[in-house]
Amino acid sequence: MFRHGRWLLLCLLCQSAGAAEPDPLNSPQWGAMHSRFLKSEPYVFDDNVKVDAPADAEDSLNVPVAFDASALSGIQEIVVVSDLNPLPHVLNFRPKTVPASLAFRMKLQQGSPIRVAAKTADGVWHVGSTYVNAAGGGCTLPSVGTSSGDWSKTLGQVSANVWERAENNRLRIRVMHPMDTGLASGIPDFYIENLNVKDAQGNLLAELDLYEPISENPMLSLDVGKVTTFKLEGRDNNGNKIAAEVAR
Amino acid sequence: MKIWWLTLLLLNGAVCANDFDYALQPQQIAADTYVIEGKTEDFSKANGGFIVNTGFIVTREGVVVIDTGVSRRFGEQQRAAIEKLTGKKILRVYITHHHPDHFLGNQVYGDVPIYALPATRDGIKAEGETFSGNMYRLIGDWMRDTRITAPTHEAKAGKETIGGHELEVIALQGHTTGDLVLFDHTTGVLFAGDLVFNNRAATTPHATLKAWLQTLDSLQALPFKTLVPGHGNVTNDPVPITQTRAWLQWLETALKDAAANGLDMTEVMQTPIPEAFKDVALAQNELRRSVSHLYPVLEQANLKPAKQAE
Repeated sequence: MFRHGRWLLLCLLCQSAGAAEPDPLNSPQWGAMHSRFLKSEPYVFDDNVKVDAPADAEDSLNVPVAFDASALSGIQEIVVVSDLNPLPHVLNFRPKTVPASLAFRMKLQQGSPIRVAAKTADGVWHVGSTYVNAAGGGCTLPSVGTSSGDWSKTLGQVSANVWERAENNRLRIRVMHPMDTGLASGIPDFYIENLNVKDAQGNLLAELDLYEPISENPMLSLDVGKVTTFKLEGRDNNGNKIAAEVAR
Repeated sequence: MKIWWLTLLLLNGAVCANDFDYALQPQQIAADTYVIEGKTEDFSKANGGFIVNTGFIVTREGVVVIDTGVSRRFGEQQRAAIEKLTGKKILRVYITHHHPDHFLGNQVYGDVPIYALPATRDGIKAEGETFSGNMYRLIGDWMRDTRITAPTHEAKAGKETIGGHELEVIALQGHTTGDLVLFDHTTGVLFAGDLVFNNRAATTPHATLKAWLQTLDSLQALPFKTLVPGHGNVTNDPVPITQTRAWLQWLETALKDAAANGLDMTEVMQTPIPEAFKDVALAQNELRRSVSHLYPVLEQANLKPAKQAE
């Protein structure tokens, strides 16, 4: 009996050494997020990935989120997921020559953790988290554009601006698009899938994959080094192209 | 036997902790005029949503009630407190605007005409259920059996004498599209609704700042002696009007500057609150909410159409 007990203890020790860190937000879906979106690869919860969102969402259709993982070096890709959203995958961001920071707005169906996972060159995901409480309903409503029927007049139009700053210029982009989630009855999913940010010479600065939870008429803010003129290229899931040039 | 007593005591304790008693205490603020002053807090399960000022005027013919509070339970306790104190029937109810903390007690006044501006009635019909759902989330069981009851009568701007009180309905806007102010010319009491906050940051989910600022000027021009804000202490001076104006002006400037400097929402939400508002409750909270309400229009004004490429 005693011998068995010792083995049991040893096994428990082995397990805890092998198991990943416990989720600071204690979410029932973190395990699923890890296997589904981070492919069960090694991860650490890391305060170097700062995630900023209000603790209470005032508007479940437009929850502002910003992240900054620029304290880490060698970032290959950043994945944003929201554990308890019916569509958890929010976006991927691959900064090439610009800092690993981004601000965007998203739809929440209920209060949920929001995770920003940055994969470094050693293959480890560095995960920052925050929790946003929300009245919800953000994902199952038709977009304003689709409800009013006038989305097609402005589809894919870009408005933007560039602010010159001491360290990093700020680029803000707004692309007109319904970003329908497919969860409102009779309205199929219709969203921008991909958006690349290039400089005037065509050098790739950052790649973005957007998913259904991104708010209608996506508004994005990036820190872009000293670049002042940009090309934006992208497309939605129906093959509509986005192509625009932005200058100060 | 002893165990029985202990069980009874424990049960009694549990019941007392959850008796949903708002402990309403009407305070006399002028002749015939009372206010039930709420806390300057946000909605919580601890305060049951008792964060709003409601009032009543005791006329010779009966009682005029201004706003019915946040829930059925609040309305019931408000009506009981009024009837106990005055021994008079309730003559009519005025609803100042369509926000949930001001009208969700309406169902208790089903036998009384409930007056409101048309915009308020429309707002309650359009958004009442959403508000109610959100209130269940915020204050829980305090909301039990609360149902949306829309106002039954249209309040028309102008003076009317009721039981010896010359009451004027003033139809304004700014906090919402329909803000009813009730001015009792007989006592000089001004029930300002949520157009005026006192040491509690103003809320802006349906606000138009330009209209609100103009409205505050017209309120300040009225010859009132006592001012009842929608939230915060009653005063005998116009300081809450000045403070609400200063807050809205600061908010507008801060958000405009942020938009002109290319800030995103989460950055603007962290704007430091000026020293002048250090005693204003929930300032950072309301700034955060106001950014959600008011920033989108301002930031879009600072974007330019990009050249569409082929």
